[in-house]
Amino acid sequence: MDLIVTGLADAVARLARLDADLLQAAEASLTTSGMATLLSVITGVPIGTAIGLGRFRGRTLLLALANTGMGFPPVVVGLAVAVVVWRSGPLGELSWSCTRQAMILAQYILAAPTVVGLTAVAVQSVDPGLRLQLLSLGATRRQAMWIFVQEARLPILTAAMAGFGAVISEIGASLMVGCNIRGDTRILTTAIALETSKGEFGAAFGLAFILLVLIFAVNAVTTWAQQRQRPS
Amino acid sequence: MTLLEARDLAVDLAGRTVVSVDRLTLDEGETLVLLGPNGAGKTSLLLALASLLPARGTLRWRNEPIRDELAYRRRIAVVFQRPLLLDRSVRENAAIGLALRGVPERERARRADEMLTRLGVAHLASRSARRVSGGEAQRVSIARALAVDPEILFLDEPFASLDAPTREALAADLAQVLRERRAGTVLVTHDRDEALSLGDRISVIVRGEVRQTDRADAVFSTPVDPEVAAFVGVENVLPAHVIAVTPEMTVLSVAGNTIEVTAVPPGGDDFPLLCVRPDDIVISLGEPTGSARNALPSNVVRLEPIGRRVRVILDSGFPLVAHVTVSSAREMGLAPRQEVTASFKATVPHLLPRHRARPMVG
Repeated sequence: MDLIVTGLADAVARLARLDADLLQAAEASLTTSGMATLLSVITGVPIGTAIGLGRFRGRTLLLALANTGMGFPPVVVGLAVAVVVWRSGPLGELSWSCTRQAMILAQYILAAPTVVGLTAVAVQSVDPGLRLQLLSLGATRRQAMWIFVQEARLPILTAAMAGFGAVISEIGASLMVGCNIRGDTRILTTAIALETSKGEFGAAFGLAFILLVLIFAVNAVTTWAQQRQRPS
Repeated sequence: MTLLEARDLAVDLAGRTVVSVDRLTLDEGETLVLLGPNGAGKTSLLLALASLLPARGTLRWRNEPIRDELAYRRRIAVVFQRPLLLDRSVRENAAIGLALRGVPERERARRADEMLTRLGVAHLASRSARRVSGGEAQRVSIARALAVDPEILFLDEPFASLDAPTREALAADLAQVLRERRAGTVLVTHDRDEALSLGDRISVIVRGEVRQTDRADAVFSTPVDPEVAAFVGVENVLPAHVIAVTPEMTVLSVAGNTIEVTAVPPGGDDFPLLCVRPDDIVISLGEPTGSARNALPSNVVRLEPIGRRVRVILDSGFPLVAHVTVSSAREMGLAPRQEVTASFKATVPHLLPRHRARPMVG
């Protein structure tokens, strides 16, 4: 019990003095996970829309792959990315090993299937009759797809939130490809693991608290946006 | 001027032809009604005519084959059974067709407002489309279609999901708008009254086949086959035998009763079908009053109320159906097993060949 009380007290003290390590880890978490989520949305929404609305051979297979991707074990993704960015790997020339770029790539691979899969479901939830209505009003197929995305903006926002949630909390992939370098690739989850392994529970608690606050803040903003646009 | 012409058009779905038509035309300023029972293929034909459903055959726009489908679709507009509004304001919904054509914002707001005013929903312009009633939403949907000033307006049962008062009010406003426009209109409906009140010509579709296309009154008075007759409300289609044909009259025998009609047997058929509308039969308790040529002693079998009228099923030696008003039925005290006289004029019946005729296109 003392351990917990001491740890919490230490956490409060670190937060009060804006501990540099803690702030850096928070910044690194937000940057890598934010960037990975952004890339997932930029690429995943069009792909998810095409899979959701398209009528082409292999569409169901792609959807099944996206759904499978939602359950990728982060350590397996970390292993794959580590091999790819390794000095002798296919992307070795980029020198991404133990960098934030490699972490973003790994987190992107983890988040993108979630965004693709949930976007496909989101656009499929829009009244299918709208497609013919839009075409009859003179829409090109691209215009019709874009309007479908706009109509499905609330569930697509949920897809983005789910993608962010999947990567901000993961540790395996980031630890393997980022190498947990202090002041650079150390993010909140890897820092918590490190501090816990050292028995520094106060630091671990402080980091965990910041992580929870960040997750809550991001979700609160997106939930607010969702509810503001919800038809009454 | 013919706006649209379909030749040998057929729509296949799941390996089955759901609707086909040899030739169908739509003229400028004309309202063509596609009339038929549920599942007849009316909507499929409308979607094919609007180039929204793949179809075999050819579509010609002002005598030229349609090569650029997008350009064609930008000359038309479709109003569906459901309003299918976007999650935006009413004004944005009304202007969406113009936005898709790249019309500047100020101009599209002006034209959208003009049409919303025309359809009586201008006061809703700033409201979210999710917060309007079903009738208002359908008015917005029609305003959206009219805002693009289409050369053909396709209407797919636009009143089907509305309650009766809303439907009547909207139908009256739409009829007024259609009269004011020079554009062509294709209206899909299964409602005979709607077809008669809005259509210049009617195409009757039965089981995926356009059976008859003609002036609205001609379709209702001279259907080409028993199925069309049944659908346009001719409930009495009776096998007859020609006894004699004179320059003025055709004398027929129906189940032993002699009936005189002015219609000529089609193709000299000695065994035609006699068609009489229930509304054209007069029921009286004694001798028939007026100049009816045909008077049949009958027994009332049963009475079926249908709104403000009563459907009277008679036994006249053969089954015969007549319609009378509720007040007439009450005044005559009509009841089952009652003896009455059913009469109709010689000019009323229409004769059909016993065997099905080829589809007739007008």
